[in-house]
Amino acid sequence: MKKRLLSWEGLLLAAFATIFAFNAISLPQFLTIPNQINMFQLSIEKVIVVLVMAFVIINAEIDLSVGSMMGLSACAFGWLFQQGVDPVVAIGLCLLIGVLGGAVNGLFVAWVGLPSLVVTLAALIGFRGLARVLVEDRGITDFPDWFDALGQQGLIGPMTFAMISFFTLLVVAWIILEKSAFGRHTYVIGSNRDVAEFAGINTKRHKLIIFVATGLVSAFAGLLYAARVGAVRGDVANGFELDIITIVLLGGASIFGGSGTLVSTGLAILIVLNLRNGMALHNVTGHIQTGVIGFLLIASVLVPRLDLLRRITKKSKGQE
Amino acid sequence: MKKGILTFSPQVLRILALVVVTALIVLFFASQIENYLNGRLFNRISSSVAVMALIATGQTLIILTRNIDLSVGSIVGFTAFATGSVIANNPDLSPVLLVGYAAILGGTFGVVNGLLVAYARIPSIIVTLATMALFRSALVEYSNAKSVTSQNLPAWLVDFPNQVVFSLGEFQFRAGFMAAILVVLTAHIALTRLRPARQFYAVGSNPEAATMAGIDSRRVILIAFILSGVMAGLAGFMFVARFGNITVVAGLGFELKSIAAAVVGGVSINGGSGTVIGALLGTVLVDLIDNSLVRWPVVSEFWREAVLGAMILIAVAADTIFIRRLAKMRAARAHEAAIAAEGAKT
Repeated sequence: MKKRLLSWEGLLLAAFATIFAFNAISLPQFLTIPNQINMFQLSIEKVIVVLVMAFVIINAEIDLSVGSMMGLSACAFGWLFQQGVDPVVAIGLCLLIGVLGGAVNGLFVAWVGLPSLVVTLAALIGFRGLARVLVEDRGITDFPDWFDALGQQGLIGPMTFAMISFFTLLVVAWIILEKSAFGRHTYVIGSNRDVAEFAGINTKRHKLIIFVATGLVSAFAGLLYAARVGAVRGDVANGFELDIITIVLLGGASIFGGSGTLVSTGLAILIVLNLRNGMALHNVTGHIQTGVIGFLLIASVLVPRLDLLRRITKKSKGQE
Repeated sequence: MKKGILTFSPQVLRILALVVVTALIVLFFASQIENYLNGRLFNRISSSVAVMALIATGQTLIILTRNIDLSVGSIVGFTAFATGSVIANNPDLSPVLLVGYAAILGGTFGVVNGLLVAYARIPSIIVTLATMALFRSALVEYSNAKSVTSQNLPAWLVDFPNQVVFSLGEFQFRAGFMAAILVVLTAHIALTRLRPARQFYAVGSNPEAATMAGIDSRRVILIAFILSGVMAGLAGFMFVARFGNITVVAGLGFELKSIAAAVVGGVSINGGSGTVIGALLGTVLVDLIDNSLVRWPVVSEFWREAVLGAMILIAVAADTIFIRRLAKMRAARAHEAAIAAEGAKT
C-alpha cells in the first residue's frame, strides 16, 4: 500500500518536473516572480476549495455545488454592498450563507440519506439560481478599496491575503487530516461507513460538519474572487467544480473514499497550475484548457486502474 | 386507504402524483396570469419538450443502470453544430442521411463514455464530468470560431419542427413534438415489453444478481451510454432545426435539465426504477414551470434556476421517503398475512 502511494507521488513529482521544465525552457517569462505569483493568484480561489474537497472525497462523498456556492457568496456580497450594508457585516452574512448552504447539503445527505451526487447537483443549480436572482444580469463593482486590496495587493512581500489564507488553511487542513481524531474518522467513514458506525463514530454529524465546512470555505473563496476581480456577475466561478474535483482525484484520492493525502494533493495543485499557466502563455484558449483538464481527470483515475490491472494479471499468471 | 395505495405499483403512483402536481401548477398559474391557458402556451412547451424529451429519455436509460451522463449537453452542442455545417455545405443531402449522421455522431460520443465507464470501470460521474469538458472543447476546435446560421440551412430543415401534423382547436401538434413523442413511446414499449430492454432495470436494481442471472452488465451499461449518445445526437438535430443559429455554447446546461426532468419524473437516482413516460412528464413539468415563471409578474424570471434546483431536491427527497414508507407498509402487510396464514393452519 505504502509503496503504491509512493509510486503515485513519484509519478506526480515526475509529471510536475516535466511540465515545469517544459514551461521554463519554452517560456522566458515563466520563471519570473510576477508570473509565479500570477499563476497562484489566478487560481487561488479554486485551490483553497481543493483543501476541503479533499475531505469530502476521502469521506466518500462529492460536492458539485462548490462553484455555485462561490458564485452565490460573491453575488450576495455584491448585492448587500449595493443595498448599502456595511461591507464587514456583508462579509459575515456571506460566510453565514456558506454555512447554511453547506448545512442544507449535509442534512439531506446525512439525515435524509440521499446520495450526495444528487443533493449537490440540485444545489449546483439552486445556488447558482439564487446568485442570479440577486444580481440578475448586472455586474456590480466599485467595492471599497480595502476590500479589493485583499485580493490584489501583496500583504507580505508579493503574497496577497488570498495566498496567505491558502497556505494557512493548507497547514490547518494537514494537521486536522493527519494528526487529529477527526481526520482519522474521515478516512474510516470513507472506507467503510458501517464499520465506522459500529466503532461508535457519529457518521451523520461528521458528514454534516464536512459539508458545512465546505460551504463555509467555498463562500470565503467566493469573497476572495470578488475582491481579486473587483466585480461580480451572475456567472462568477461557473464550472469551477471540474478543476477542483480533478485536482483532488489527480492527487490520488479515491473517488470511492478512504484514501488520499494532502501532500500529493499539493503536488496535483502544482501540476494543474503549471499546466494552465503554460497553456495560457502559449495562447491556448480557455475552452481547450478545460478540455485538457477533463482529459487529465480521466487519466488520473484510469492510470492507477491500469497499474492495478497489471498487478492482478501478473498475480494470476504467477499462480498458474 | 392504506391497502388501497398498495394495490398500485410505485411506478403508477409516481405518474399519478406527477399528473396531479402538473394539473395543480397549471391551475395555480391560470389563476395568477391573465390569458394563461391558451394554445400558445401549449405550442411553446411542446416545441421545447421536443428537444428535451429525447435527452431525458437517454438520461433515464443511464440512470436506470445506476449511472449518470453529464456530457449530454456537450453532445447536443457538437451534433447540432456538425449537422448544421454538413447540411450547409451539402444542401442536397437527404434528410434520412442527415438524421442518421446526427444519431451516429452522438452514438460515437456515447461509445467513448460507455467504454470508460463499463470497461475501464471509472465512475460515470467522473467520466462524464471530464467528457462534458472534452466534447465541448472538441466543438470549439471543430467550429473554428464560426457559427451555423439559419440562412445557410435548407428550408425543409428549418420548417420541419413547426409543421402542424394536426390540431385540436388552438392546440397544434407539430412534427417535431410528434417525432419526439414517437421516440419516447417506442422506448417505453421496449423497456416494458422486450426482454433485452428489461436488462437495464436488472443491472440497475441489483448488479450482482444481474450478473448471476447471466446478464453481461458491462455490455448493458455500454449500450445505455450509446443510446444516450444517440438520443443526444437526435436532440442535436432537433436543436439545429428549431433554432437554426448554432454557436459553441449550444446545449450548455442541458445535462442538468435532463437529470432534473428524469428525477422529477420519478426515475430513481439509485437505479433500477423509473419509466421514460415519467421522464417525459417530468420534462413537461420542468418546462411548464420555466415558461410560467417568466410570465408570472410576482417574481423575476431569474428565479427559474433556483426553483429548478429546489424541485430536484424536493422530488428526490419525497420519492425516497415515500418509497421507504411503501416498503414498510408492504412488509407490515406481508407480516399480517403470514400471521393470518399461521392462524388458519392451526
